[in-house]
Amino acid sequence: MTQYETVIGLEFHAELKTKTKIFCSCPTDFSAEPNTHVCPVCLGLPGVLPVLNKRAVELAIKAGLALNCQISHLSKFDRKNYFYPDLPKGYQVTQFPLPICTNGYLIIKDDAGNDKRIRINRIHLEEDAGKLVHSGTTIATSAYSLPDYNRAAVPLIEIVTEPDLSSAEEAKNFAEMLKLTLQYAAVSDVKMEQGSLRCDVNISLRPQGQKELGVKTEIKNLNSFRSILRAVAYEQTRQTEALDNGERIIQETLTWDDDNGTAFSMRSKEDAHDYHYFPEPDLVPTIVEQDWIDEVAKELPELPQKRKYRLVDQYGLSDYDASTIVNNPVLALFFDRVLYHYDDPKTVANWLLGEISRLVKSSEEEIEMISLKPDDVAYLLTQVKEGAINNNSAKAVLEEMFQTGKEPDAIIKEKGFAQISDTSALQDAVKAVISANPQPVADYRQGKKQALGFLLGQIMKATGGQANPQAVREILINALDNE
Amino acid sequence: MSSPETTTITSWNIRQLAQALQDQTVTSVQATEAYLGRINQIDSILHAYITVTQEKALADAQASDNRRAAGKILGPLDGVPMALKDIFCTKGILTTCASKILANFVPPYDATSWQMLERKGAVLLGKCNMDEFAMGSSNENSAFFAARNPFDIERVPGGSSGGSAAACAADLAVYTLGTDTGGSVRQPAAYCGVVGLKPTYGRISRFGIVPYASSLDQVGIFAKDTEDCALVLSAVAGKDEYDSTSMPLDVPDYTKACQKDVRGMTIGIPKEFLGQGIDREIIAALEDGAAKLEQLGAVIKEVSLPHTPYALSAYYILATAEASANLARYDGVRYGLRIEKDNVSDTMEATRSAGFGDEVKRRIMLGTYALSSGYYDAYYNKTLQVRTLIKDDYDQVFAGGIDCLLTPAAPTTAFKIGEKTGDPLAMYMSDVCTVPINMAGLPGLVFPYRLSGDLPLGLQLIGAPFGEEKLFTVGHALECPRLLPRDIITQAKKKGVVA
Repeated sequence: MTQYETVIGLEFHAELKTKTKIFCSCPTDFSAEPNTHVCPVCLGLPGVLPVLNKRAVELAIKAGLALNCQISHLSKFDRKNYFYPDLPKGYQVTQFPLPICTNGYLIIKDDAGNDKRIRINRIHLEEDAGKLVHSGTTIATSAYSLPDYNRAAVPLIEIVTEPDLSSAEEAKNFAEMLKLTLQYAAVSDVKMEQGSLRCDVNISLRPQGQKELGVKTEIKNLNSFRSILRAVAYEQTRQTEALDNGERIIQETLTWDDDNGTAFSMRSKEDAHDYHYFPEPDLVPTIVEQDWIDEVAKELPELPQKRKYRLVDQYGLSDYDASTIVNNPVLALFFDRVLYHYDDPKTVANWLLGEISRLVKSSEEEIEMISLKPDDVAYLLTQVKEGAINNNSAKAVLEEMFQTGKEPDAIIKEKGFAQISDTSALQDAVKAVISANPQPVADYRQGKKQALGFLLGQIMKATGGQANPQAVREILINALDNE
Repeated sequence: MSSPETTTITSWNIRQLAQALQDQTVTSVQATEAYLGRINQIDSILHAYITVTQEKALADAQASDNRRAAGKILGPLDGVPMALKDIFCTKGILTTCASKILANFVPPYDATSWQMLERKGAVLLGKCNMDEFAMGSSNENSAFFAARNPFDIERVPGGSSGGSAAACAADLAVYTLGTDTGGSVRQPAAYCGVVGLKPTYGRISRFGIVPYASSLDQVGIFAKDTEDCALVLSAVAGKDEYDSTSMPLDVPDYTKACQKDVRGMTIGIPKEFLGQGIDREIIAALEDGAAKLEQLGAVIKEVSLPHTPYALSAYYILATAEASANLARYDGVRYGLRIEKDNVSDTMEATRSAGFGDEVKRRIMLGTYALSSGYYDAYYNKTLQVRTLIKDDYDQVFAGGIDCLLTPAAPTTAFKIGEKTGDPLAMYMSDVCTVPINMAGLPGLVFPYRLSGDLPLGLQLIGAPFGEEKLFTVGHALECPRLLPRDIITQAKKKGVVA
């Protein structure tokens, strides 16, 4: 049986987080009532002209920098021509020969767990199309379809990798790392399920050791990491079987059917579109000076890869804990903010991944929605460290903070959680316990050290658990030894 | 004092009417009524207008008169009745582009150039006839009716802005706006004996102009003389934040250029414009004009623009390629004509089949072909290279100390209606003198030089980028006194043309 090597390239579309559309001032929020965020420009009425949104260019540059790309000082827009009712002008304004970013890469883990560099061919800027709502399942089988142009001309970047990926797992790893990187760069909402990040997979097989690439197919409509994994595995199996049976792979575009776990053909190469690309005459070339690139670079935060190294190498967190924090940018930012006021990374990580994560999970809220303030958490941890409150009380205070958004100090006072560290108050309690328990006291003085635990427990009980155990221990030992 | 005769009012140019309005010998309402009356009288013969906006015109004229009474006049164009080619989007007013596919289209916005004029008090009489989507050289490609040449109603007014040219020439508006992609203002100006300007690409906003070929389209002006033309250019030129291709350059008072002397200027005569196919009488007129300039103290030099012969063929690839994309939006989905069929692709096909005329379809097919994969390099890319060479020709000539160029405006005077409809290539040839200027993005001014028989004969001046002022200086020195067509109704009766 021939052994095959799988060759995979990915294409992503990410919606840019701009306030307004790419060529007009309509809002980009397309969840509004259909056709309310539209104007003559994004509806493509006769005679209107596009004016390029500067922020869209900036975010594309930022994405390029985050993905280690070269930023083009000169790029330009082209028209990609095809007829479809969701495309108001009959062409999409995109970038063909001169994209805004080229030659980037991302490092992911390969199947053996080693670092692998995946090259990015290009990133180009373009406009999104509108959305069709069909009365049936497809445009061909529906009695009618209703176009909604709210999404038309929302700015997109298309990210195209080189065919550097070799397995379904790698494809998924890349997609996850890309999503995370774009999330940190804050260029896109990257929600696959909502379509703000979309992925197409190009896949081909070749006999192990062969140089030239096999015939590829393209799979569209992948809207989760899981579907990337499943679709690649499906297509790998399909192509392997076909090749083993001596069949030839047909170059075609497939649509992934996630419900049934299969892909079906949309069109073959023969009826592939000829898009008649040509330069968009209504826009002037986009000139990006180095100064501008430098300005944008200042907006970039620490990116996930670097951030993880910091957590592991500098702070000594475990690889697992560091990944858990870094993989969630909100959590990672929260971690840094707490750390800013409370310089003990391990403790902060323990609380964040323990108690706080538990609270978030049980509340069924997204972490970005919670009202917990990093400053307050740092304050609470400081109180624990200084012995003003014990661990168990701190957990209760945290929960109250989480539920009500109140400040920790107020909660500690309100609930009377403050530990009794006041020596005279504790001394009274110690005296009372010693005189009420002569037998254990005698036992201790005769060398039965375990009697100390009983006496400590009695004091904690007497003080309602609020005594500072450390202080109590010292006073008790002192009293037993010296009196 | 009694009001002037209606025919007197409509014969005035902008400055004369502005003076009369200022002197209060006439009101804007009276002037507007005079024009509306004349349109009512003879436009059923000329077909210069597709839509007459009578109510709006009178309301705007009244508003102008009120401003004048309040001493809040908005400048020399305030209260002056004018018209727009039906390719300018006008908020709330039908804008058809002389096409069935837009026969019901009412834009919710104004073209920037029109908005600028309206803010200066312009009174809109209506929307002028044209070749469908500005594709044509005779106005015979209007989906509704062909406009006629006021100097001979059996002849074409030229195109594509034929209605705007005829309206200006026949006193159906004081001035009009058109668009010029390959000569669509200058060729009809020559045929109708009026001044026609295509400014530098980027001088006037294209926002709100229904596009034919975006990299070549430019708003143009028809006026009764060069000074009127200069006055209008000063009002509509300038950077528009809604048109990325408009240039952020200062707008001078162009009328001052009309007062300047041509003495010391160097005028080039490109020999490639005097070749085969140009009427001998037109070449004679050009030589006469050159001699006149020499007498006035200008220096005449023969120059060469060697790539001129390639301009027309390159133009028909570039323009049609852009047009094939620009016209893709008329698919029956959102606005305009829709021929409903069982599914969306059949609906689009039926809509476009029924909505576009033959010439438009011809150009969409040509352009689509030129952009097809496999042909792109041979056609479209080659065309871009030719375009660069043409532009370089002009750059070199102007860098060599030439102030402007003098050429014919068209190979012939106005031809007969129907004469060239069966032969598209012959029709395309009528733009041979104007097309290269659009390819190079330069300003071109056509002015009437004299009558040739009963027909106007125009010459063209070509300037360096944003060199419109020099065109006005030379044009003002050479233009003949206003040419007047013979009475339209008499012509119609004589020729048996039924209104």
